[in-house]
Amino acid sequence: MRSQRPSGWYAVPAYGFFALFAVLPMVLVVYLSFTSWQGLGTPVPNGTANWSRLIADGEAHAAVGRTVLLMVVSWLFQTPIALLIGVWAAGPQRSRAVLSSIFFLPLLLSTAAIALLWQALLDPNFGIAAGGMQFLGDPDIAIYTVVFVISWQYIPFHTLMYQGAARAIPASLYEAATIDGASRVSKFLHITLPQLRYTLVTSSVLMLVGSLTTFDTVLILTGGGPGTATRILPLHMYITGFSGFEMGYASSIAVVLVVLGTALSVAVMRWSGFRAMSSQQEGS
Amino acid sequence: MRTLVSAGLVAVAAVVSACGTAGPAEPGAGGVKVWALQDPVLNPIEQKSIDFFKSGGGNASLETFGNDPYKQKLRVAIGSPNAPDVFFNWGGGNLKEYVDAGKIADLTPVLDQNSALKSAFLPSVLDGAKIDGKYYGIPMRGMQPVLLFFNKEVFAAAGAQPPKTWDDLLALVDTFKAKGIQPISLAGSQAWTELMWIEYILDRIGGPEVFRNIRDGKGQGWKDPAVTEALTKLKELIDRGGFGTNFASVGYDVGGASTILAQGKAAMHLMGSWEYVNQLGQSPDFVKKGSLGWVAFPSIPGGKGDPGNVVGNASNYYSVTSGSSQVEAAKKFVSTALHEDSYVQALIDAGDVPAVVGVESKLAKAANSEYTTWIYGQVKEAKSFQLSWDQDLPAEKATAMLTQLQEFFLGKVSPQQFVDAVAAR
Repeated sequence: MRSQRPSGWYAVPAYGFFALFAVLPMVLVVYLSFTSWQGLGTPVPNGTANWSRLIADGEAHAAVGRTVLLMVVSWLFQTPIALLIGVWAAGPQRSRAVLSSIFFLPLLLSTAAIALLWQALLDPNFGIAAGGMQFLGDPDIAIYTVVFVISWQYIPFHTLMYQGAARAIPASLYEAATIDGASRVSKFLHITLPQLRYTLVTSSVLMLVGSLTTFDTVLILTGGGPGTATRILPLHMYITGFSGFEMGYASSIAVVLVVLGTALSVAVMRWSGFRAMSSQQEGS
Repeated sequence: MRTLVSAGLVAVAAVVSACGTAGPAEPGAGGVKVWALQDPVLNPIEQKSIDFFKSGGGNASLETFGNDPYKQKLRVAIGSPNAPDVFFNWGGGNLKEYVDAGKIADLTPVLDQNSALKSAFLPSVLDGAKIDGKYYGIPMRGMQPVLLFFNKEVFAAAGAQPPKTWDDLLALVDTFKAKGIQPISLAGSQAWTELMWIEYILDRIGGPEVFRNIRDGKGQGWKDPAVTEALTKLKELIDRGGFGTNFASVGYDVGGASTILAQGKAAMHLMGSWEYVNQLGQSPDFVKKGSLGWVAFPSIPGGKGDPGNVVGNASNYYSVTSGSSQVEAAKKFVSTALHEDSYVQALIDAGDVPAVVGVESKLAKAANSEYTTWIYGQVKEAKSFQLSWDQDLPAEKATAMLTQLQEFFLGKVSPQQFVDAVAAR
């Protein structure tokens, strides 16, 4: 089948763009992480100063901790909900189409609009929570509020993935199970769930890498506050780079983010049977 | 390798600064490129000064940018081929970074040659852009001291008087708490609102020298006992419930803090002079029926600082980039229109209080004259006008300080821990 693949030359423009817009900036960032640069003039190489500072920087460590917390909690929160709604939406119920489109609405709003919307809703003086709990102002609660808002925004997307995948499961599997007298729960556990495993992997990778690099929602919703309660690593990088103008140090944080993100997606793929995910297009 | 990387950085910088221009981008054509902050009230006035300059044979164009992106864009653009010739700034340490990098033209000769220009501005405000004895900026808009606003109706209902001393303030906290009213409104989700409190308290306790030493890295810096004393005073106020319990989720930009004051849910609000115009826009009835009151920050008995001192933003300034290909034209622009009668009058009509000498009679004739006259007198009489710390410190130190301050207000950091953390930077 190899001979039927398109020539490698077709990929040259893509490689070119990738080199220009992904590889070159990354190389520059790695270079900057070994310099001191206030954003003015020429970067001054300062050896490994940024890196030893990063190793000792308690604030950065706390930011990594928060990022991991955000990743884990939002995966745990989003996956079951998205999976269940997705499988349900793939079914034949009459109300399905209407309800599905309502579920889908948050995905149509821009992140900035969503963050501002929830900020207003959760305002302690004028929002729906007025006089009650402080969802954004309590350092112990704020990060979970952020998880909730992010989930509210992205669950529809993952629901859509599960819905599409669930529809693709051959009906004959369910028919056979029905003849064998399987219950609904056991059909879900023994047919639907195994058939959705690649979707689960894809969705998890998107979710985990997505929450590792989440930035805009948190910036607008809490700005990292109250105090530093929601200052996750990407936001810490942004504040260091664009408020403190310590571009060199911010670059070393950026490098850590790139490495973490890459390692994470590779790990999830490997752990979940990366090799089995061969292309359907090539028919192998 | 190094030149290649620098070239790459300049290219990236050029791309970044070419994006997202909000204003009319008239490329070159020999005109002086002026950068300013987007502001529906101020931009037409700035445009007028440009038109005035043009009518005198000059050529200039205005580009405007949103508040937060502005500082970043400026940082990236200065030193690149896309640098503005004239740009809006806040003076102080913020400007000093550019001066130290050799990017800003010295305007002292311009002011010396043009005595009408130099004597037009209040000296304390002109000094806001004075660095190492040289002037690097010309004031281009009104003065923005911070003052204590209060709700007159709420005070009348409680039979209370606005605070003159720190003890008055503490007593008022108890009075209003007993009535179920939040004593002080604070938009604590943004650190700069919290900063105003510590700025004033430190100035009243230790005088302006304490912060000057911190900024200049002299004396004990942050370790000065006055700093710890000021923080302890502030902590007392926080712990007493002066700011209520939910300030950490209140925002200024979304109008939270101002609305609480206008609705009588809070009694006082420490804010920059722009709060008046803000209230006028958001809660016009509240201002028009005369319920918005204002006083100077209370004195702290036993403190070294003069109770007349003010903190805030002295003004905004136009500065000239030294790398500009038309430094002379740019200098001409900043020395032509900014003290002109028509420009000053336009600022007054917009509700601004220009930093210009002898505008009392003009202010008295304008709308809201009671307020603007008071502001003008306050600044003119002040022995010291302390620029907001986050503008006066280098960005890196300011950012670290603001982070600590938010933690301090949340009670996560003690006065001593605050001092240790910021002194270590």
